[in-house]
Amino acid sequence: MATPAHTADAGHAGHDHVPPFFTRWFLSTNHKDIGILYIIFAIFAGLVGGALSGLIRWELAEPGIQVFAPGSPLANSFLAKLGLIEASKHGYNVVVTAHALVMIFFMVMPAMIGGFGNFFVPIMIGAPDMAFPRMNNISFWLLVFSFVVLVTSLTVDGGPGKGFGGGWTMYPPLSTTGHTGPAMDLAILSLHLAGASSILGSINFITTIFNMRAPGMTLHRMPLFVWSVLVTVFLLLLSLPVLAGAITMLLTDRNFGTSFFNPAGGGDPTMYQHLFWFFGHPEVYILILPGFGMVSHIVATFSRKPVFGYLAMVYAMVAIGVLGFVVWAHHMFTTGMNLDLQAYFSAATMIIAVPTGIKVFSWIATMWGGSIDFKTPMLFAIGFIFLFTVGGVTGVVLSSASMDYTFHDTYYVVAHFHYVLSLGAVFAIFAGFYYWFEKMWGVKYNEALGALHFWLMFIGVNIVFFPMHFLGAQGMPRRYVDYPEAFAHWNKVSSIGYVIAAVATLVFMAMLLEAIVRRRAAVANPWGEGATTLEWTLSSPPPYHQFNELPVIATEAH
Amino acid sequence: MTNTRSATKVVSTWTGRLGLAMTAAAIALPVYAADLLGQPTPGGIGLQPAGDALKRQAIFFHDDILMPIIVGITLLVLFLLLYVMIRFNKRANPVPAQFTHNSTVEVIWTAAPVLILLFLAIFSFRLLFAYHDMPKPDLTVKVTGNQWYWSYAYPDQGGFNFDSNMLPEDKAKAASLPYRLAVDNPMVVPVGKVVHVIVTGADVIHDFANPAFGLKTDAVPGKANETWFKAEKPGVYYGQCDQLCGVNHAFMPIEIDVVDQGKFNAWVGAHGGKIAGATPAPAAPPAAAAVPAADAKKTADAAVQAGLSSRS
Repeated sequence: MATPAHTADAGHAGHDHVPPFFTRWFLSTNHKDIGILYIIFAIFAGLVGGALSGLIRWELAEPGIQVFAPGSPLANSFLAKLGLIEASKHGYNVVVTAHALVMIFFMVMPAMIGGFGNFFVPIMIGAPDMAFPRMNNISFWLLVFSFVVLVTSLTVDGGPGKGFGGGWTMYPPLSTTGHTGPAMDLAILSLHLAGASSILGSINFITTIFNMRAPGMTLHRMPLFVWSVLVTVFLLLLSLPVLAGAITMLLTDRNFGTSFFNPAGGGDPTMYQHLFWFFGHPEVYILILPGFGMVSHIVATFSRKPVFGYLAMVYAMVAIGVLGFVVWAHHMFTTGMNLDLQAYFSAATMIIAVPTGIKVFSWIATMWGGSIDFKTPMLFAIGFIFLFTVGGVTGVVLSSASMDYTFHDTYYVVAHFHYVLSLGAVFAIFAGFYYWFEKMWGVKYNEALGALHFWLMFIGVNIVFFPMHFLGAQGMPRRYVDYPEAFAHWNKVSSIGYVIAAVATLVFMAMLLEAIVRRRAAVANPWGEGATTLEWTLSSPPPYHQFNELPVIATEAH
Repeated sequence: MTNTRSATKVVSTWTGRLGLAMTAAAIALPVYAADLLGQPTPGGIGLQPAGDALKRQAIFFHDDILMPIIVGITLLVLFLLLYVMIRFNKRANPVPAQFTHNSTVEVIWTAAPVLILLFLAIFSFRLLFAYHDMPKPDLTVKVTGNQWYWSYAYPDQGGFNFDSNMLPEDKAKAASLPYRLAVDNPMVVPVGKVVHVIVTGADVIHDFANPAFGLKTDAVPGKANETWFKAEKPGVYYGQCDQLCGVNHAFMPIEIDVVDQGKFNAWVGAHGGKIAGATPAPAAPPAAAAVPAADAKKTADAAVQAGLSSRS
């Protein structure tokens, strides 16, 4: 996409003054080190969130309550003895809530924005570091403390039992009068910390991207991943304060006698839902947009062909970002909203299919005429395109308020958002992880293990989530610890799929271990002529400080 | 679930299909004979069969309009992906092309989705407006969601009310009723009558849902939401709470028993209510005193529950 006129830094690694271990990793202000910390944190949180989903699938494998019951293996496990998880119906609700919060705030966001964003945005625009390195540091550590507070919340009283079990959406009155214990207050504090972390990070990215681009790196020459992060952080900056306001009102409703959401005092519980989804809907685009950027680079690299329709790709992302702010109440079609509003939110939601379609077809057009090399990142990227399409078309079904009266809060919705997030965003993260593996870690991964990881994951997650469409169509509601016998068959199939996906995760760990043990030396650009962005002009891993002399971007991007 | 016509074909003949589809919407479509009416079918993959005209229209919209289009689009994307993977892999095509634009195809793939969405919007909005176009109701039922049971009140029939709890496992099994769906005191309505349902919540938000009638309305404390249905034939129709409401969220099912008018009148009489226009039932105070002996365990609750929200 851009060719630097000079790449003088590559040989400058020897001049780096790498700080000692503690200073380097605990007081870090280096964007690459902070990116690495974010990625390690996201892998850890992903394993925690994945284990939580394992408990859910274990419980739902058969009708009846077997796992979240006294005397079960879970009740006798160290998790219960440590007081982390309660083997009760409330404990199940807590696990469902924690799975969502961990995956959203501590896995996908840190991996995409904190990890890949921090590491590659400055390099891709030819900048030496982020604009505010110390703010970058506090963004990361706020997130760690936020996670600690969330885990603490699991161990304290929530009201019906230990922890908060009201879902990640935290609707009042279940989150106010329904959960009287301090667990919910800790969950609010945790989200405040995570929100502050993201807002600081967003300011940092916006400043960096607007002010620190190398000479010649105009906005319309910027790599698509940088564009995707730019749109994402604007969404974060505009939506998170609304979440912060909403959960602060929850806090005062709970503890200081206000009645924002309490009808007995003149408040309205659905007002919370409007505020929450004004944040929550942009949030789901926050989770997927950086993936769009990564997939564009990967598809172009392994097709050895420039991105098709660069400007359309950029403005499709901008359009998705803007539309993301005006469709929030499609999550609330059953709350008794005014008919005209339901009609508006249905129509506005359908429109999102247009820019999304442009992206899908542009990725295929990028491959068209290319010379495709099926390396692991490309497998994950192609898997992403197909699975994201499946999740996208069920989104078109759900956009109609009239269809939502059938599907709302059923497993159809669970299938839909896991196809776009678990199979969309997570596949994009794995694609990016393999794509930049050598660049970030300085060693090569094993291609066979990577491909095995992909195929097991692809088969596993499809078996987990595709049957959920059937369950939802038959009417099985979400967030159920137990279900009528009629739903037993497809729940069993889904749980079997989880085992395959878990084996895939073990292969992923084996891949990491193999790469650490073998330590095959990385090269600056393993992917050849298709890889055109600036990170491939640097060594792998890049020097501790890059671009002491700024690169000059001379070529047109497209 | 049945049709796999491609999206492009749908677009090319969309004007023709429009007229066809409009007519089809008006006539009854066959329900899937294998699927059970009023409850989920073991291993079922499609929508539950319709118990009223609105749900039938929803099934038509989903099965005959949406499914062919979304399956077609998905297969188109799958086909294109497979094609480029076979035709343009590095062995088949060692030298990559370098084009980055093609205005024609870009216009097509922007305009075609817009047309498909416009086509979908016609059916979507017709159905939405139909849902909100309630005929003159024949009776009103007030439904209140509680942690973790439902309360039903019949203001037009003398205002009696009662609670509805899930049948415990042993009783459900003994009566060969589906455990986790069957209840002790179902909501009873007459067949072929427009039932106006007012839904509210007593403590936290619940959701009054019944798939056979396409009902799904949040029970929000402090708010009276409304919905309606007109059951076509007698039977038992099961639904479940659809909004996370705490520990026993999975254990507060909704059972609607649709009976003929005679049985309904008798049922109302047994609950101490009265049918307007019929011989007045003995003047019974609403609720408590008239709850039949079989529901004795409910009496205390019902007595307390004079009004809609007094339980909260």
